Amino acid sequence: MGKISGSQAIVKCLQEEGVKTIFGYPGGAVLDLFDALMDSEITNVLVRHEQGAVHAADGFARVSGEVGVALLTSGPGATNGVTGIATAYMDSIPLVILTGQVPRALIGNDAFQEVDIVGITRPCTKHNYLVNDVDDLVPTLREAFHIARTGRPGPVLVDLPKDLVATKLLYPEKTPIHISSYQPNFNPHPVQVEKACHRILQAKRPVLYVGGGVISANASEELTTLAEKLSIPVTMTLMGLGSYPGSHRLSMGMLGMHGTYTANMAVAECDLLIAVGARFDDRVTGKLSDFATKADIIHIDIDPTSISKNVKVDIPIVADCRNALTALNQWFAREKSFNPTEQAEKLAPWFAVIAGWTAKHPLGYRDDNQVIKPQYVIETLHRLTEGKAIITTEVGQNQMWAAQFHKFDYPRHFVTSGGLGTMGFGLPAAIGAQMAFPERTVIDIAGDGSIQMNIQELATARQFKCPVKIAILNNGYLGMVRQWQELFYNKRYASTVMNVVPDFVELAKAYGAVGLRATTRQEVEPVIREALATANVVIMDFRIEQEEGVYPMVPAGKATTEMLLV
Amino acid sequence: MKHTFSVLLQNKPGVLSRVTGLFSGRGFNIESLCVAETLDPKVSCLTVVSRGDEAIIEQINKQLNKLIDVIKVSEINSKEYVEREMVLIRVKAEASTRAEVLRVVDIFRGKVVDVSAKSYAIELTGSDSKIQAVIDILRPIGIKEIVRTGTIAMARANKNK
Repeated sequence: MGKISGSQAIVKCLQEEGVKTIFGYPGGAVLDLFDALMDSEITNVLVRHEQGAVHAADGFARVSGEVGVALLTSGPGATNGVTGIATAYMDSIPLVILTGQVPRALIGNDAFQEVDIVGITRPCTKHNYLVNDVDDLVPTLREAFHIARTGRPGPVLVDLPKDLVATKLLYPEKTPIHISSYQPNFNPHPVQVEKACHRILQAKRPVLYVGGGVISANASEELTTLAEKLSIPVTMTLMGLGSYPGSHRLSMGMLGMHGTYTANMAVAECDLLIAVGARFDDRVTGKLSDFATKADIIHIDIDPTSISKNVKVDIPIVADCRNALTALNQWFAREKSFNPTEQAEKLAPWFAVIAGWTAKHPLGYRDDNQVIKPQYVIETLHRLTEGKAIITTEVGQNQMWAAQFHKFDYPRHFVTSGGLGTMGFGLPAAIGAQMAFPERTVIDIAGDGSIQMNIQELATARQFKCPVKIAILNNGYLGMVRQWQELFYNKRYASTVMNVVPDFVELAKAYGAVGLRATTRQEVEPVIREALATANVVIMDFRIEQEEGVYPMVPAGKATTEMLLV
Repeated sequence: MKHTFSVLLQNKPGVLSRVTGLFSGRGFNIESLCVAETLDPKVSCLTVVSRGDEAIIEQINKQLNKLIDVIKVSEINSKEYVEREMVLIRVKAEASTRAEVLRVVDIFRGKVVDVSAKSYAIELTGSDSKIQAVIDILRPIGIKEIVRTGTIAMARANKNK
């Protein structure tokens, strides 16, 4: 085979990695690459802002389980992508971000559109590279995909100088990737598994606390088997929603700051907390010294740094969640003294306590005949889509109401910025999700504040025929911040009132999309039905109760049992 | 509690800033840091001295290991080890103190490496505590300038093997 250009080699390598869709925005430093892409089967989704490109690649990765790819130009193209990269990093989402760079001879000279993107993204990528030698180009890309998708997944950035991409090279044969300094521990240690299983058998009040790691390891089935065989109630983090069916009898819903009363009480009272693919985030634990004080803790995670970082763990298992859960399930299948029926009987008193909490303070809200309650909108969306739609969210009240009132029964159906809490994430993420699954219903649950952060992507959705549905819970406020001001700042609404908001129905029309509005409770269902029946992009503008709050709520720094209730 | 980590790294551009960025980003402390190539030019060895309780030291160890370019992390303090630091000290040496300075240099097995009418520059190697002792003794005489390399360390060979 003869020599090909660097850009052709990159395209070939992307195809070798199974990439069919990328998200990008062109510019001077990546002209060669975009040119080479024109001769391939790969579709570039032309976004309207680079932040949108990375969020869209992120949404694509979250729903498909594949590596998302974004292609950005040098300088401002790359820096615009940083928020997206940090978002993916915090939520452990596998991405490969390709950025153009000025020619090697100009690096360090403050050239036009030059920025040290490798330096800038070092703390918010799993790893990053500046390719300096044309012979390293293809091996580096292969390594980037390998690192992004294995171990604890994450974004990997590859910076590509313009002259290097234009250089001819011999395309290297694919060889197995071996990085001596990167060897994630996939398989659980049998001694730890044995210890954990014995401890589980002794527990009288066990709780499974599961996070996004279960979803990224595709371990939902194994988790469900374990929970059901052992009759262990399950609570999920925001990132873990859908890893265990939310409408199942063992589900206690989400825990933490806006978690259910039941879940937070159960964690406080349990004698064994089994954390799987979760990282004891401050939004989950509240005041650390009061978190799960009566419990021993088993922690399954692929990332050793997550273990005993915030909360001291008694039995750590460093492994891929699926392998670890499989090992646990196999142990119980072999163990002669274990009987699922006896186990269920043994834990019956614990379930009675849990049922008592749920009866006392179920998740709820005060409905109204006239005014639209946001929770009612979410419940209606859930009902009319039979819970099968892919839901993305922006950040704030919209996100928390979605997490609370949409019962996620399937993994990879809830796409939300958990760790970084990035407003403007939902719409581009929905486009990414829709590109991965063109036939499925994708709904972005948004607020009137955050939708405006990446509203320009409506044009992308239209151009690439992504009929995403945007449900704006419009209260005229930056609602979550307003809620904190209401509770902790004497209702002084500093900079949270948005007096000027676009007419979202007219805005939709301006983009060639469909705009619908509901101002009363009665209009909610017809609007949703019409939106779901429309093949185009639809904005639903729900004029909701303006000062509705998200409850339960654990004030920052308080113990999770100190909840403010409805 | 002071801890010394010996870290083997891929010898590539930017690797050092990954390590220092990790310390600053996570609020870990660096008391000293030394880095140079090993016998294998593709690998460099970094010695970093930090302080913290057990949980912090465990996190530092794990976080270092998590960096893709880190090959191996050893916590030197958990074993028998030797540690050395070199220091260059310019100390006032006028007629009344010249003899005293030379005596101190002799006692601590140092060397005079630069001489002027009013000062000596001294080279000295030793453990952190020895260096500190010399500084304490020379300070009243008048230290004009001091440059320290930071600690390097090596685990002792296993005597039974």
